[in-house]
Amino acid sequence: MTTMTAPPSAAPRRSDDNLQARRLPVLALVGIGVAALAVSAAIVYGTGIGGPVLVVVLGALLYLLGAFLVSKAVEGPRQARNRTWSALIHSAFVLAVLPLVSVAWTLLSKGVERLDGNFFLTSMNNIGARDPNGGAYHAIVGTLEQVGIATLITVPLGIACAIYLVEYGRGRFALAIRFFVDVMTGIPSIVAGLFILAFWVLIVSPVFNNGQPTYSGFAAALALSVLMLPTIVRSTEEMLRLVPAPLREGSYALGVPKWKTIMRIVLPTARPGIVTGVMLAIARASGETAPVLLVAGGGAAINFNPFENSQSSLALYIYGQAGTASQYAPGRAWTAALTLVALVLILTIAAKLLARRNRLSR
Amino acid sequence: MAKRVEANNVTAYYGSFKAIENISMTVEPKTVTALIGPSGCGKSTFLRSINRMHEVLPGARVEGSLTIDDQDIYDRDVDVTAVRRTIGMVFQRPNPFPTMSIFDNVVAGLKLNGVRRKSVLTEAAEKALRAANLWDEVKDRLDKPGAGLSGGQQQRLCIARTIAVEPKVVLMDEPCSALDPISTLAIEDLMFKLKDQFTIIIVTHNMQQAARVSDRTAFFSIERTGDPGRLIEYDYTQKIFSNPSEKKTEDYITGRFG
Repeated sequence: MTTMTAPPSAAPRRSDDNLQARRLPVLALVGIGVAALAVSAAIVYGTGIGGPVLVVVLGALLYLLGAFLVSKAVEGPRQARNRTWSALIHSAFVLAVLPLVSVAWTLLSKGVERLDGNFFLTSMNNIGARDPNGGAYHAIVGTLEQVGIATLITVPLGIACAIYLVEYGRGRFALAIRFFVDVMTGIPSIVAGLFILAFWVLIVSPVFNNGQPTYSGFAAALALSVLMLPTIVRSTEEMLRLVPAPLREGSYALGVPKWKTIMRIVLPTARPGIVTGVMLAIARASGETAPVLLVAGGGAAINFNPFENSQSSLALYIYGQAGTASQYAPGRAWTAALTLVALVLILTIAAKLLARRNRLSR
Repeated sequence: MAKRVEANNVTAYYGSFKAIENISMTVEPKTVTALIGPSGCGKSTFLRSINRMHEVLPGARVEGSLTIDDQDIYDRDVDVTAVRRTIGMVFQRPNPFPTMSIFDNVVAGLKLNGVRRKSVLTEAAEKALRAANLWDEVKDRLDKPGAGLSGGQQQRLCIARTIAVEPKVVLMDEPCSALDPISTLAIEDLMFKLKDQFTIIIVTHNMQQAARVSDRTAFFSIERTGDPGRLIEYDYTQKIFSNPSEKKTEDYITGRFG
């Protein structure tokens, strides 16, 4: 070392009026990636400390390091930081999607085994442990009825409540309502189930049933309503608040009464968001097991009447089949899980399409 | 058709804040009246109290009396929606209803107030769009969304929407401030045409515009921030811009304000 002044870094110094900079070719990055994987594989298998997962993780880290160094040397430090952060953000996305893909794949691969007509057309009535047949017809009926009734209860109630909070509510009463809606959001589903069990099944249902308490799908719908209501109120409230004030004023200025402005201007403008909120609530309710178990009781037979006797649901069916000592039960549980996910997916897509169909085409 | 607007000692509050104090002026039918003045001097507040839009905001209230053709619009027995149907309003930013087509936007006021007959609506829509100088531009795409038009077209759509309910007075709150000069010109031309039928009151920051379009001009001002806005001078536009009687008006229109 004869001199203390550091030589200019290897990165090209751009003169002030040159706007062009050197770029790494994509092939170089691919090369770095392959090299990183190779080195990582050599280390992992050479020392015998792990399997392919470790190779990928270590390879990714080596790639980050290698790409950063090479890019810094060729393109300069700003580009190098840019590349590193881009790579990190992309990997975060991959990490987030992996569980989803894994769940979807597991459901599909294990669910197709029993994906036959028999599954959708029979119940579990008189199906013994050695019987390979049996299906989820009763559970699908239960889920549709319970979630359907719960939706019928909560959508008008929730939207009306949100309208009150946004358009009319002032002062302490509105604050109190908002507070209790927030508290409701945090109610565990089992508590909602217990509440309906104590209130509806044990106290109210005997009145309609000759003094005998009865399980019912309707009780399950009530418990699900307790869970759905806060979701719908809060999401609808947010969506209504997003509707710009000038739209309301424009309508008032035409001499349109407030209630009509809300029904014809505010709600249609917020509709896509409200539909999304409702679908989230429905998706959550469809997957609830505990309240249904407590107040609808389950059951193996088909029961179309939601107001009397026990009913099952898909979530409860999965829970039951997963714990049944029969070699055929797990297959049924997986197919039921696949059915449940597909059901919610179809409902969501249908709702989105419906919400959009009435909107104007651009 | 057009009506006289008379304000008598109008004072408006936002909660405890007094925004304007003791405004008294008479607006003659079939004229264009411009309200000018610095930001925050209460022009818009005054305009919004003329069709009772001021009270839409929580805590806002108005004192004093405002009459149109000797009917007090702040009377206890007055129906707010009827007032707003009689006194229409165009806002600063075009606000077409995004879920509605051009046609539905124009007839929104009629439809939402119970008019169902298709023939009546079609006729009213064409009349209002023609009056707003927009018919030729949109007649082939009445079923397309109103939000798809350009800013100037949207504002004319909003004017068409306002005049479709056949008001007697049209209030305009800086209707051109979000528009380019060509669209502004289109709307100013429109005001000339509309004043045959309506009484027009317009708030504007553009003094050339006030001088071009209005018959009379009212100058509003405040002493300092936090004080209520007051009407300083109200006279024929020509007089205000050539020989104002108040020193403050002269300072403002010649750009020596403050």
